[in-house]
Amino acid sequence: MLNLLWLIPALPFLGFLLLAVFGGRMNKTGIAFLGVGSVGISALLTTLIGIDFISSPPAGHSFNQPLWVWMNIAGFKPGIAFYLDSLSLIFTFAISFVGFLIHLYSAEFMIDDEGYSRFFAYMNLFVAFMITLVLADNFLLLYLGWEGVGLCSYLLIGFWYKEPENVYAANKAFIVTRIGDTSMAIGLFLLVLHFNTLDIQNILQSISTQWVRGSSIAVLTAFLLLGGALGKSAQLPLQTWLPDAMAGPSPVSALIHAATMVTAGVYLIARTHTLFELAPIVQNAVAIIGALTLLIAGFCALTQTDIKRVLAYSTISQIGYMFLALGIGAWALGIFHFMIHAFFKALLFLAAGTVINALRHEHNMFKMGGLRKELPVVYWTFLIASASLAAFPLITAGFYSKDEIIWYSWASNIGSPWLWLISLIGAFITSVYTFRMVFATFFGEQKTPVSHKPGKRIKIPLIVLAALSVLGGFVELPETMGGFAPFTHFLHHTLPAVALRSEGSGTELLFQIITAALTLAGIYLAYQFYFKNVKFTERFKQTGLSKYLYSGCGFDWLYDRAFVYPAIFFARINKNDFIDNMYTFITCLSTALNEMLVKTQTGRIRWYATVITMGAVITLTIVLVS
Amino acid sequence: MTFVPFESGLILAAVLFLLGLIGVLVRRNIIFMLLSTEIMLNASGLAFVTASARWMQPEGQIMFIFILAMAAAEVSVGLALIMQIYHQFKTLDTDTLSNMKG
Repeated sequence: MLNLLWLIPALPFLGFLLLAVFGGRMNKTGIAFLGVGSVGISALLTTLIGIDFISSPPAGHSFNQPLWVWMNIAGFKPGIAFYLDSLSLIFTFAISFVGFLIHLYSAEFMIDDEGYSRFFAYMNLFVAFMITLVLADNFLLLYLGWEGVGLCSYLLIGFWYKEPENVYAANKAFIVTRIGDTSMAIGLFLLVLHFNTLDIQNILQSISTQWVRGSSIAVLTAFLLLGGALGKSAQLPLQTWLPDAMAGPSPVSALIHAATMVTAGVYLIARTHTLFELAPIVQNAVAIIGALTLLIAGFCALTQTDIKRVLAYSTISQIGYMFLALGIGAWALGIFHFMIHAFFKALLFLAAGTVINALRHEHNMFKMGGLRKELPVVYWTFLIASASLAAFPLITAGFYSKDEIIWYSWASNIGSPWLWLISLIGAFITSVYTFRMVFATFFGEQKTPVSHKPGKRIKIPLIVLAALSVLGGFVELPETMGGFAPFTHFLHHTLPAVALRSEGSGTELLFQIITAALTLAGIYLAYQFYFKNVKFTERFKQTGLSKYLYSGCGFDWLYDRAFVYPAIFFARINKNDFIDNMYTFITCLSTALNEMLVKTQTGRIRWYATVITMGAVITLTIVLVS
Repeated sequence: MTFVPFESGLILAAVLFLLGLIGVLVRRNIIFMLLSTEIMLNASGLAFVTASARWMQPEGQIMFIFILAMAAAEVSVGLALIMQIYHQFKTLDTDTLSNMKG
């Protein structure tokens, strides 16, 4: 069974090829069948392989499948090879399964779009690259997947390329992530330089034996890889592309910009955790960046009016939680939060997409309202996902994943009260903005009529994801509830467990109660300010603070002035340099000559005859005289 | 048998050639331009014949036959073109037919 591993990325890739070549000649049923089916079989295979892997684990809890040698240059021999362990299995499962549900949803959601086959071709290609990324056995293949998903993200953000803003957003996403990718590439060059291989397991082993903890080379490499992760995962200071990336269709936002691609940074850090453990400064930086990001993005989400932008900022914020978990050494919990987040955030985006579609592309959630009765399935699933996002105590999966991150940010031996406080405030804000969204969209009076009701293929993914957003949490219970934790136990084959601080960590129960109380308080606050007492929020909207947060904390403004305008300025003054002038001169000369000669083309045949005669006379004269 | 002097033959050819040339340059009617071209061709043919008589060589006369054949071909093509021009533009005035002005 494990030998079929290569089929998981190969099937979506085959789907892409078929759709790219024959998509134009197929009808929509065929396209949907091919596009959804390829990912569906992948998901099925992943499930079977996962069951096989868990029930009879291979030696060393990892399985390596080399397919062929990619290139062989002076001993540097990266292969096309896949590596399955508990970490990549969980990522592959989340990607293929959530990916399948989103494909199924898209089959109905995109039905009226003229680019139906193009959409599925891109989506299949994305899934293929994403699975390649997480299954890659060496960094080069990982980098191929890494850039491949970046490409698909670009193509899908600009899917409706006839609108200039969408193309602008796509360019922005591509360029900003490219900054991180460059940093990551340099990090990989350093690794090749030192070990002359890019095989991940080899490198991790060599690192742990050869590099000293805290040495400058370890810190530098970790820092460069972190740069790549920050770009891909939209963390501070490279987070500005994600809110704009919402220009793409909603399933794209759900799959790429919430569930899978943006968590590639989390995967990279978890995969190279050995390196980060050797560079404590960088690991601290991961925690601090995560904490700051979750706080800032949370505040930004509070003031957004576009429902998808709220979700985008919330995604940035939740990935901040994952980074925080990685930074405090709770590796497995970061991955746990990734999985739960993939479920509920994909659901939120899909439900939001349905709402937007139902209201004729209305994105402003303050123009929605009262959809509770009109779209009951969407309402209930959205409510469940929101509760999960806000970490509603005990019943939702989000509670189990987030609560433990908050607890370990205090209790881990590299955690700190500050990180705990920030993550706690973040949890409070999360529940406020989440339920602000719920109240604005589904409660109150209806402001826009519903024009289109979702069908079966939209409802099924919503319901399945809603179930997962609740049940997904029970694979990992905290110590206070019996400590039934097969998920982290499974991951500990790959990732180390959290090291708790030795003394004075307090009782977990107390912290859980504080977190739960704050979450409920946040929901109550949202109820007060965005449902009962709207006047106050209307006044708040006029303040400068609100406008500042609405613009994403001014990062775009700052970057425009710091980088974009100077670049444009230099381009402008460089336009007239010497070499350019040379070429301009040549064009001017030929234009002038052209204009001169054009005048002789009078179109009058007698004039031509005269000129020919004159030419003949002159030539004859010269011949005779000389 | 008296020979026409070589020089007068050439002078006649030159005068004919000039007349043809002037005709091409000053006439605006395209049919007359074609006629003038014919005169120029015949003038050059005359020069060949004169020269061949002067040196008693046959090449000049052979050239004249070539010129005749070419003139016949040219006239047929030229007249066909003129027919087309008239058909298209309803005029034979070359000065108004200046659509190819650059």
